[in-house]
Amino acid sequence: MFRELWESFTDALEGLGSVVHFLFRLVVHTPSALLRFNLISQQIFNSGAFSLVIIMLSGLFVGMVLGLQGFQLLQRFGSEESLGVAATIGLVKELGPVVTALLFAGRAGTALASELGLMRATDQISAMEMMAVDPIQRVVVPRFLGGVISMPLLAAIFSVIGIYGAQLIGVQIMGVDSGSFWSQMRSAVGLKDVTEGIVKSLIFGVACSLIAVYQGYYATPTAEGVGRATTSTVVTSAVVILFLDYLITAAFL
Amino acid sequence: MRKSRTLNLGTGSFVLLGFAALFFLTTQTTSRGLTWFGPPRYEVTAKFDNVGDLKVGAPVSMSGVEIGRVAKIDFDSKDYKAVVLLRLNERYNKIPTDSDASIYTQGLLGGKFIGITAGGADSYLKDKDQIDFTQSAFVLENLIGQVLANFTKSKADEQNSAAPADTKSNADTKSKEKTK
Repeated sequence: MFRELWESFTDALEGLGSVVHFLFRLVVHTPSALLRFNLISQQIFNSGAFSLVIIMLSGLFVGMVLGLQGFQLLQRFGSEESLGVAATIGLVKELGPVVTALLFAGRAGTALASELGLMRATDQISAMEMMAVDPIQRVVVPRFLGGVISMPLLAAIFSVIGIYGAQLIGVQIMGVDSGSFWSQMRSAVGLKDVTEGIVKSLIFGVACSLIAVYQGYYATPTAEGVGRATTSTVVTSAVVILFLDYLITAAFL
Repeated sequence: MRKSRTLNLGTGSFVLLGFAALFFLTTQTTSRGLTWFGPPRYEVTAKFDNVGDLKVGAPVSMSGVEIGRVAKIDFDSKDYKAVVLLRLNERYNKIPTDSDASIYTQGLLGGKFIGITAGGADSYLKDKDQIDFTQSAFVLENLIGQVLANFTKSKADEQNSAAPADTKSNADTKSKEKTK
């Protein structure tokens, strides 16, 4: 039994090592991939623009819930004007980056993983290697960079829509004063809070995209293997995002 | 060709939307944006003995109406005073030169802000002028300290005057505890 535990431990360690090695290879190929920007632009379209609808809808509802809950809570202390501050800080620092990353892992990460996995299963990647085209440079890096670029933009859109969602509930329906909603937000939210959100979403973008392309690229070339790669993309991404979220929050305090 | 055009269009509008959102977050939700696109402003300084926990960005108000913000807080090592730079809205440029600035607290434990009370002079404050009459921040700790000092003093007086009765009642409670 101890032997099995030890083996699963070394397997996990080996997996972590190969992810780091893969990231290193991606970074090495990044400058040459940047020269062919239309490939990256296509991936920004695939993983970013197609995630827009789900991100905007979720942002609206998360903001509306924040508006409702925040209003109920703040009303007890007679400070419903702070609703704008509460909703904005919550959205910009935490909910925006985290929920966007989780949705991104579900919407774009799975698409990336299954696409690359199917490429592997149908020998397209081997074919590229035979034609002396580096699949990492041609296929993997543009997808990775597309995800990294899309994530902060999506998170920012999520936060903005969320703030308007909170404003919709708080100001239009619950009757918080619109002026104090915005002015209290402006005086209490600092540039540091916004920076923290951007840094978070950038790091989540790297993590999510890396996990997705890694799982897809090294998927077992069978139907079952592709399915498993997709599943583990979502599971690993979710855990890694929440773990990193804690680390970054602690680092910014 | 057709397809790549719509694709680039989609990517472009997505990136534009994303950056617009980032721009909104950095300028509209933070106090930073107000100084970029605000109305024209002028700056006056005021020296305080103690600014308490006054922060940069705190409002400056007159009769409760916000007329500007605190732009900078510095320490003058010549006369050991805090120098506060106030950035006031150009619209309110008729503030008499002998007005006085005081530091108040919003609510009981809220943040600090500067309140200006108009004086009676005929000349008005201009850019780079200084407000001479100031009143320092009211520091809650000092007040609590004073209250406590008064309290203990009055208590001591009371005890001195009513010492015999006090000791008796103490003895009473002690004996009660013992019987329990």
